[in-house]
Amino acid sequence: MRTEDLIKAISADAKSVEPPIAQTLAIAVGVGTLISALVFFGMFGVRDHFMDLMTSSVRFVFKFVLTLSIAIPAFVLARGLARPDFNPGKRLWLLALGPAVMLAGILFELMALPAEAWRSKMMGHNAIFCLIVIPLLSLTPLAAIIYALRKGATTHPVLAGAVGGLLSAGIAATLYAAHCPDDSPLFLAAWYTIGVVVMTGVGALLGSRMLRW
Amino acid sequence: MRAAIAGNESAYHKLLSELSQVLRGVVRRGFAGVGVPRDDTEDVVQDVLLAIHLKRHTWDRSMPLGPWISAIARNKMIDDLRRRGRRPEVAVDLSEFEIEGDDQQASIDARDLDRVLGSLSDKNRDIVRSISIDGHSAREVAERLGMSEVAVRVALHRSLKALAETYQEKKL
Repeated sequence: MRTEDLIKAISADAKSVEPPIAQTLAIAVGVGTLISALVFFGMFGVRDHFMDLMTSSVRFVFKFVLTLSIAIPAFVLARGLARPDFNPGKRLWLLALGPAVMLAGILFELMALPAEAWRSKMMGHNAIFCLIVIPLLSLTPLAAIIYALRKGATTHPVLAGAVGGLLSAGIAATLYAAHCPDDSPLFLAAWYTIGVVVMTGVGALLGSRMLRW
Repeated sequence: MRAAIAGNESAYHKLLSELSQVLRGVVRRGFAGVGVPRDDTEDVVQDVLLAIHLKRHTWDRSMPLGPWISAIARNKMIDDLRRRGRRPEVAVDLSEFEIEGDDQQASIDARDLDRVLGSLSDKNRDIVRSISIDGHSAREVAERLGMSEVAVRVALHRSLKALAETYQEKKL
């Protein structure tokens, strides 16, 4: 086929434009989160005295500060990475936000608690449950994010997938934090981190396979 | 591109025609150093044009268009080099975008797309051929085939998607 003929066919298809990719991604994240939230409320629900804890417990509030410091920068990066002309180098520092908040929380907790208490706070009540639930609640957000990124045109498929995985885990961890009875930053550092890292890896793997175009 | 995204066919046609000349120069220059046959550049130009079309919703209208087109061209050129087993390092610099590709090249058949055209259903191939090679409008094709114009447009869009995908699969 001659290029000039192809151009005729393409321009006859001018009206088929899809919604802007940023909008598609935002809707996908919203829908994925909503489904995950329905699963969460159906199966687990928030802890007793949720509202009291939000106003009285620094540690409880810190959990959400941490999970949102993972999810929000990941969303900003994912939105950029969906475009081919995005240069991630300048924005990668955003990914350091979550670890920085985590580190500050750990230091604060180590100073606030006597050394004898560290171990029991870290082990918490139900670490295995946490390890299972965070990846579980990540599934629908991740599926929706990968779907949206496939509509995009990333030039960094592995990174985009990893950031998508990170975002899905950030969403899942935010939901799970409202149920989880353990509030110590030491518990978060030991167990939440595993779920987040696993989902980031899953995202990277999916990215390398599904986000090339 | 703004007019094109708003659905203006003639503005889009003009943009793509000009763009294809620029792309031809860029692809040729990018491939010159790595020994890719000159005849093969047209395949890549067509692949880039299809990608620009199918991914145009990823252009953020508050950003300049040039870097977006460069990024798409670069991605497709790297893809093509990878398929050839070459080290995929391509410099795409649209700032030196002078139109050096002679337009006659547009009249030379690119072979890849013909092969992938064969993967379409008979009806869709007919629609694509009528609109592209014979230069009919979607409405004329719709009348001839007894379809609605919308159905012809949908078939055309699906076919372009299928062409881009077949390109992609061929590379894997």
